[in-house]
Amino acid sequence: MSTHRDAKGRPLVAVTGLGVVTSLGQGKDANWQALTAGQSGIHRIDRFPTEGLKTSIGGTVDFLFDGPFTAPQLSEKLATLAAEEAVGQSGIGAAGDFPGELFMAVPPVEMEWPQKQELAQSIDGDVDYDSLLRAAATHKYKAMHELFVFGGVADHIADRFGTKGSPISLSTACSSGATAIQMGVEAIRRGDTQAALCIGTDGSIHAEALIRFSLLSALSTQNDPPEAAAKPFSKNRDGFVMGEGAGALVLEDYDHALVRGATILGIVAGCGERGDGFHRTRSSPDGKPAILAMQDALADAGLTPDDVDYINAHGTSTPENDKMEAMSCAAVFGERMANLPISSNKSMIGHTLTAAGAVEAVISFMTITNSLIPPTINYVNPDPAIALDVVPNTAREAKVRTVISNSFGFGGQNTCLVLTAPPEAA
Amino acid sequence: MNRRDVVITGIGIASSLGEGVEAHAAALGAGGPPVVDTESFKPYPLHPLKPLELDRQIPKKSDQRQMEPWQRLGVYTAGLALDSAGLKDDAEAKSALQVIVAAGGGERDHTVDAAILEGLRGANEPGAFLNERLMSDLRPTLFLAQLSNLLAGNIAIVHGVTGPSRTFMGEEQAGVDAIRTAHARIASGQSDLMLVGGAYNAERRDMLLLFELGGYLHRDDFQPVFERENAPGLITGSAGAFLVLESAERAAARGAKAYATLKHTDAARSRREPGTVRSALDNLLGGFGPVGSEALAISAATGCAGITAEEAAAIAAAAPSAKRIATGDLVGHGVEAAFPVSVALAAIALSAGQAREAIVTGAGHWRGEGAAHLVQA
Repeated sequence: MSTHRDAKGRPLVAVTGLGVVTSLGQGKDANWQALTAGQSGIHRIDRFPTEGLKTSIGGTVDFLFDGPFTAPQLSEKLATLAAEEAVGQSGIGAAGDFPGELFMAVPPVEMEWPQKQELAQSIDGDVDYDSLLRAAATHKYKAMHELFVFGGVADHIADRFGTKGSPISLSTACSSGATAIQMGVEAIRRGDTQAALCIGTDGSIHAEALIRFSLLSALSTQNDPPEAAAKPFSKNRDGFVMGEGAGALVLEDYDHALVRGATILGIVAGCGERGDGFHRTRSSPDGKPAILAMQDALADAGLTPDDVDYINAHGTSTPENDKMEAMSCAAVFGERMANLPISSNKSMIGHTLTAAGAVEAVISFMTITNSLIPPTINYVNPDPAIALDVVPNTAREAKVRTVISNSFGFGGQNTCLVLTAPPEAA
Repeated sequence: MNRRDVVITGIGIASSLGEGVEAHAAALGAGGPPVVDTESFKPYPLHPLKPLELDRQIPKKSDQRQMEPWQRLGVYTAGLALDSAGLKDDAEAKSALQVIVAAGGGERDHTVDAAILEGLRGANEPGAFLNERLMSDLRPTLFLAQLSNLLAGNIAIVHGVTGPSRTFMGEEQAGVDAIRTAHARIASGQSDLMLVGGAYNAERRDMLLLFELGGYLHRDDFQPVFERENAPGLITGSAGAFLVLESAERAAARGAKAYATLKHTDAARSRREPGTVRSALDNLLGGFGPVGSEALAISAATGCAGITAEEAAAIAAAAPSAKRIATGDLVGHGVEAAFPVSVALAAIALSAGQAREAIVTGAGHWRGEGAAHLVQA
């Protein structure tokens, strides 16, 4: 029988499994060791030629495939590994029979250049979309359809893990991973499901993806040395570094988890989200949407700013984001902000884009469990305009019971999660 | 948990038939004929969008330029929905209005792609060549016009909807899950007001290419959805639909007109084998309880082999006396928008008194099954 309820009378949402893969390695242990040692996973890209590009570095995950692969294939592989770790830790269900729904943040997909070239190779005469269509009509390339439909990755994950119902593939740009978690929380609170597998994954660093961000002047061009390029909150920050990875969380009705004797790793206590109609890539100058998203998340959790011990920053290392995030945090936390630790995992793993909210939620729970805050590395040139305790360069021991994890994205997407330690033994 | 009634208080729709509730009510009553273009994308027929006067919903040319056709269509129909719900000028409501969009992705620049592919065939250093051409030929803002979640982003910018948005992807099922989730949020009390829908631009060869790779396209002349056994496949259509869903209490309190009550929406994912679409839809429709004799069945069926007949059988079993209308026969198949358009058509029919009750079904061309149940408000 369900007996535990939050302050609003809803089921508590427990976390019983966590999994992560980033450029730092596969699994929680490898990542935690590197993150708390202040190591960077950013390196020179050798997946594709970078000649002529302003940015030639990234946090690519290069240890999973021997041959060539597409973004959806890598995204699926990353998600599979993270989910295997999370579901394994949780001990929920049976192999291939996850007793709950699937919420997945996946990068938008489209047909990639090598596949288009493969079609083009078969064409005599000029290449245009009509001739590509004629090549497709031979139905010799049928597998490409399943590879490049938007619902493909989540469908394969649903098959592999045996999740129930209609899997959700979602995007809220760079806050997608947090939205996947939020949707799992909401489904459990509604009583639609007692467990949810929430995943954010992104393995989409290829030439065109990098060039698109580059053309928006969003990426750091300080390629040398690669590991120093991501420098959130520093005065000389000049853009984000693309990263790849996946984070997976098993969410569960707290009472459901208790009944089966699962170890409770933490609670997703609150979620806040706000839209921003100011501009496609820039946030409202007053920071109101980000401020309200944090305040909503705290209110949803029944907590106040004073309850927060640590902020897991969005902290992209772009001039705009870090300034706006610092301003918004100052508005929410007031004078406390001078002493409230805030650090950016992206200083080490880059911006894992669609996956970031989930990857960073996993790291936030590890921060709570281990009473150790991963640093913001490359903080050698502080930006005096944004005075923050960024946990510079070295991990710090601290008792952390409540974390707010921020995710902000293009298109006015602002999503904040309040993540807490498990309740004291009841 | 107490389930609250959910009503549809706003409908925005545009397609090859034109825009708005009246144009589509007339087509539902008359049953056709559809508007089909068999020449422009030969051998693939499709239903082209009847041109919109964009300025009416997207006043700034600068905003229009920042979007691609699928985004403009979505922003336009979202605006129609807000107008019809009487919310366009209600800043307070719009600041709390939550949005779920079912979206695909942006259109490729077909000319650039073709030129690059041509050049790659003879390039000594294909990687460097590709980099050089993409750096010089891609429009910087094209990326934003392509990003899936930027339809929602543009709804926020153009219409001042500053509530949070979520974008679902995954072809037809994105549209089903968008409406299912919006309905569940209101029914459970997590939200009072939602804007939900999708838009699809069929007039692009890159999407035809994706479907043709899998062998999912119908060729040559138009044939009705349920009569394509000899040449099964999709005939896509440009279409967009957005709905304002509202708790019945909120709608009553502000005196809003309800087009219909959305009683249920549910979704499934069968591992496609012969018969699985039938049984998935049987289960979904069975969960809605008995369907009355004066019902309407709107089907978002694709026309694809096997699954279309299975959908027809499920409809016949659940609502044997219902009048069946295929959305595809009116406006073509709108992929992510197919289910939202179909629910909009059902609500329009109920509101026009063409039926007292409606079921909506849809099996995605590759994955996903969905169904909804509406009654007169």
